[in-house]
Amino acid sequence: MANNFYSPETLKHFRNPHNYGDIKNADGVGEAGNIICGDVMSLYIKVKKDRHGKEVIEAVKFKTYGCAAAIATSSVITDLVKGKTIDEALTISKGNIVDVLKGLPPIKIHCSILAIDALGEAIYQYLLKHKQPIPKDLETKHLRIEKSKLNFQERYNKWQEATKKH
Amino acid sequence: MVKQIYLDYAATTPVDPRVLKLMMPFFTKKFGNTMSLHRLGQEANNSVEDARKIIADFIGASPEEIVFTSSASESNNLALKGTAFANKIRKKNHIIVTKIEHDCVMESAHWLQQQGFKVTYLTVDKFGLVDPEELKKAINSNTLLVSIIHGNNEIGSVQDIKKIGKICHDHNVYFHTDASQSIGKIPINVKEMNIDMLTASSHKIYGPKGVACLYVNKRVLIEPIIHGGGHEKGLRSSTTNAAGIVGFGAAVDIFNKEGKKETLRLKGLRDSLIKKILKNIKGTRLNGHPVSRLANNVNISFIGVEGESLTMELDFNGIAVSTGSACSSKTLEPSHVLTACGLKPEEAHGSIRFSIGRWTKEEDIDYTVKTLIKVVNKLRQFSPFYHGK
Repeated sequence: MANNFYSPETLKHFRNPHNYGDIKNADGVGEAGNIICGDVMSLYIKVKKDRHGKEVIEAVKFKTYGCAAAIATSSVITDLVKGKTIDEALTISKGNIVDVLKGLPPIKIHCSILAIDALGEAIYQYLLKHKQPIPKDLETKHLRIEKSKLNFQERYNKWQEATKKH
Repeated sequence: MVKQIYLDYAATTPVDPRVLKLMMPFFTKKFGNTMSLHRLGQEANNSVEDARKIIADFIGASPEEIVFTSSASESNNLALKGTAFANKIRKKNHIIVTKIEHDCVMESAHWLQQQGFKVTYLTVDKFGLVDPEELKKAINSNTLLVSIIHGNNEIGSVQDIKKIGKICHDHNVYFHTDASQSIGKIPINVKEMNIDMLTASSHKIYGPKGVACLYVNKRVLIEPIIHGGGHEKGLRSSTTNAAGIVGFGAAVDIFNKEGKKETLRLKGLRDSLIKKILKNIKGTRLNGHPVSRLANNVNISFIGVEGESLTMELDFNGIAVSTGSACSSKTLEPSHVLTACGLKPEEAHGSIRFSIGRWTKEEDIDYTVKTLIKVVNKLRQFSPFYHGK
């Protein structure tokens, strides 16, 4: 179908997203986004040591509430992450996602950041759980995401307050 | 070949073939400028005046009270800015609008605020209705104009404009209403309903795009916002869009003959669509007023599903609708109308407007509901917010 807003690749991932759902007993769950802006993503990872002793993300799933771009970027990041070591996964950038989708409309670029944030959070949780050192960049990013979550919670509460009279 | 079901008549309508037929000669044979003295010009002018009379009669106005413009946006800009500036000499600098106006009224009001005018934005209840008592309280001795949308373009709620107009007149305040969505669906008589200015648009009623009008009561002090050759009694200069105006008139004329019956039919389809969605899909809610509602408007929130995704999925299945989701807007903010009605973010983002029209059939409603069940279930599988509750 002709749609000049999204690339055919984006529409393909949106209509048939890969790896959706959740993982029971996941090793890490990353959450990013907020309901006020209308994009919320949860990324689940299962990590296993390969025969060289490296930690490999063997399974990854997502659940996303959001627009076509948010669902497509969720699908793409699961493809990119699957089978990668933790270190490799941490090098994935929003540019990698946008490349796979052959471009995103400028206003939708933030959706690719959402996916990267959710992945970072999932890995952060995994490392924390296994008492492993957390790279400085990841720590900084985690603090930024935590802060913005608090920020949005406050905005949400204000919203509830403002609409209470209804 | 995928079906094509158009349920976005509130965005725009196709031109009725009967309207197009009457317009055609004005592009090639009757192309004269209405300001020209020769026969070609006067012939075009006569047809424009015929259309003016049809439209004036339709709303109970006099032909000289109809000003043709290029769009409802222009009409609304003219109503607000034109009266604001013309009445500066009366030291009236306060305007009242609601929080659910169309962007063209909202942005005009914001702009007037920047120019030093005072603006009050009235709240609405959860159904999108204005409380007349709130309006009374908001009016003060400096109030010049009240502008309130008749039938809301997003949620379809219809205001009691007769009562609102009465309050305005009791306080000696001008009353403007944007009737872009309601004209043809609700009978309007500007004199009986205490309306001083009214906006109506051609492309919402099966006429061409690029033409609309503003009814301006003779007693209203107003200035043009487009200056030039003095067309439209000096209120709106520009070479007259004769073909468009003839089409607008023809479109209105069809409502003279068929409007009543069509509205009844639309109400039946509307209620059927609402009932079938609410019954067959869990986690849905109707937005806007259940009864005081435009005959062609259905606005529903699907919990756990984001509106842009749903719009896209429906489009893949051949169904064209609109959404109030932030993701579909340029600002990434959810619709100000839904927010004003107190919807939670997750409800506002999951809202879809279905607007039916002249060529919608009962089988289209059934196909839409069937498709909705399928795609809503599909999208909810990806959603972290829906667990079958």
